[in-house]
Amino acid sequence: MAMKGSVEIDRERCKGCQLCTRACPTKVLGIDPEPNSWGYFPAKVIAADKCNSCGNCFVVCPDVAITVYRL
Amino acid sequence: MAEEIRLMKGNEAIGEAAVRAGCRAYFGYPITPQNELTAYMAKHMLAKGRIFIQAESEIAAINMVYGASSTGARAMTSSSSPGVSLKQEGISYLCGADLPAVIVNVARAGPGLGGISPGQGDYFQATRGGGHGDYYTIVLAPKGVQEAADLTYEAFSISEKWRVPVLVLADGLIGQMMEGVVFPEPIDPATLPRKDWAVGHVTEMHRPYNHVTSLNLEPDGLEAANRIRFERYGHIKEELVRYEEIDVDDADIVFVAYGTSARVCHGALEMARAAGMKVGLFRPITLWPFPSARLAGLAERGKRFLCVEMSMGQMVEDVRLAVNGKVPVYFYGRCGGNIPSQEEVFAEVKRLMAL
Amino acid sequence: MELAYKHPKSLKSIQTKYCPGCGHGVIHRIIAEVIDEMGLQNKAIITNPVGCSVWADLYFDFDSVQPAHGRTPAASTGIKRMLPDHLVICYQGDGDLAAIGTAEIIHAANRGEKFTTIFVNNAIYGMTGGQMAPTTLVGQHATTAPEGRDPILAGMGYPIRVCELLATLEGTKYLARGAVNNAVNTRKTKNYIRKAFEAQMRGEGFTMVEILSQCPTNWQMTSLESVEWLEKNMIAFYQLGEIKNTLSAPATAQAH
Repeated sequence: MAMKGSVEIDRERCKGCQLCTRACPTKVLGIDPEPNSWGYFPAKVIAADKCNSCGNCFVVCPDVAITVYRL
Repeated sequence: MAEEIRLMKGNEAIGEAAVRAGCRAYFGYPITPQNELTAYMAKHMLAKGRIFIQAESEIAAINMVYGASSTGARAMTSSSSPGVSLKQEGISYLCGADLPAVIVNVARAGPGLGGISPGQGDYFQATRGGGHGDYYTIVLAPKGVQEAADLTYEAFSISEKWRVPVLVLADGLIGQMMEGVVFPEPIDPATLPRKDWAVGHVTEMHRPYNHVTSLNLEPDGLEAANRIRFERYGHIKEELVRYEEIDVDDADIVFVAYGTSARVCHGALEMARAAGMKVGLFRPITLWPFPSARLAGLAERGKRFLCVEMSMGQMVEDVRLAVNGKVPVYFYGRCGGNIPSQEEVFAEVKRLMAL
Repeated sequence: MELAYKHPKSLKSIQTKYCPGCGHGVIHRIIAEVIDEMGLQNKAIITNPVGCSVWADLYFDFDSVQPAHGRTPAASTGIKRMLPDHLVICYQGDGDLAAIGTAEIIHAANRGEKFTTIFVNNAIYGMTGGQMAPTTLVGQHATTAPEGRDPILAGMGYPIRVCELLATLEGTKYLARGAVNNAVNTRKTKNYIRKAFEAQMRGEGFTMVEILSQCPTNWQMTSLESVEWLEKNMIAFYQLGEIKNTLSAPATAQAH
């Protein structure tokens, strides 16, 4: 049974570098059209059910703006 | 049983004094005329299981002192004029981070490669903060082997008390000559208290994490740090000024000289006194803090001053600042590694007496 | 629901001043993770060198020392020699290590100093706005190599492979090169760091991990372009992996 997970983005901490969107193998993450208070367009969960808690997003994130849970 | 008197070279006496003061780390680099000091530290620090490193440069050495001192350990480096020039940035960092340290300069003639004979041309560098920014180091100037040992021994505790680096400014003659010397009791570095501002031993010290740094990009923050440090400099000026006076009370002309020059003036003084001239000697021991108040007082009493240095005239400016125009301040100097003879100094003071 | 990946304890949870996509942030985190895993937060001391990572003392939640530019290995020598049972991390950028501090790193390595160097190689001077670094690639643009680095005609010299350079020194025991441009490389790099820290705590040295790191701002690219550029250009020149490993098997002996 495939691993299931969920991801939480701290949209204020995120600087919109988008590296997590590239790293995610199942395209769970996209770009939030709404900017945060810094004016960055933070990452956003766009396909929550596809997350397998692999943690790649967390691993590449330069700002530790992501928390990953295993369901 | 009184401590035995030993006949030792100045360089080696400085080394022995540092070892006895509980110096835990010494970082050196070869340069004449202080090589015996580095060799002495190699032998005796390693023998005691302490840290001795011959660094790749004087720059590396002073920055190794910076690292060792940031852990609260007693650390020292030594060099001679050109090498001390290389250490100036590191010394500025030590001051900016309020780190204690002992730096020994066995000065030689300059500028540039200059010569290896003694010189006093590093006075400005030593007393004005030779690196960038507003800061001072405490500068102690011995005139012989015993005093070189005593001041080096004391430099560690002075530096720790004020968290200001201490520069022991000797010269090639003091470093190379041999004199009788008695040493104080050795201190075991393990008995020295840890510092709450240092890095390391977080658990044992029950303290928050420490960040040793001189960086402060907020102008208000940096200004505040500088002003606090200058308050400390003010207290140092009140408490640490040291000088020696010989036959000053009834003197018409007072020699002002430190280190080797003061020894020569002492000889000239005796010749002058024998010739019925009232001459005295004022010898600053702390070049920073400079004994300005005392000199100003002597000037009030109408004494004239002849400043004698092994340079083209550097300390004379501090004498003039202290005297502030009240009385004439003459200068007599030799440089290039030449040491003035007492005869020529006596001739000069005789000439001035007639003015 | 179980927490799988969370913020390391040894790293403060505040927003850094680093640019979006900057590799320093990743490197800070994996260092802090290893320190947490080894339980060394109260025995760790890191340097925040002159360069972008001079801010590191705001982010690492343990002791730090800020040395003069390039003198980081000398200061780390002084620290480690006074605290041999502590974890001393000599964190440096490529200007600090391979330009002004070349003598210091070579001689610290040659003395087999027992701290661990974390050498962040982003092939550019970041803090000062994009000047050519000793590790800038041939043809790579910089404010001081406006037409691209030209080794001989413009006298700009060739990029320096530091691990390989230091490998010839007997004092070096472990030299690895990683990268943080993607998840796989970042995970491998974390392992190199753990291996180096464990070796240090066993009293073995000199250990160093060079880490290729993206600098979107000064490479004048987006973050996504920068990790691609790193992959295609830097990794091609700076071979990843353990360049030298003469460590003893991880014995259980504590650092003496």
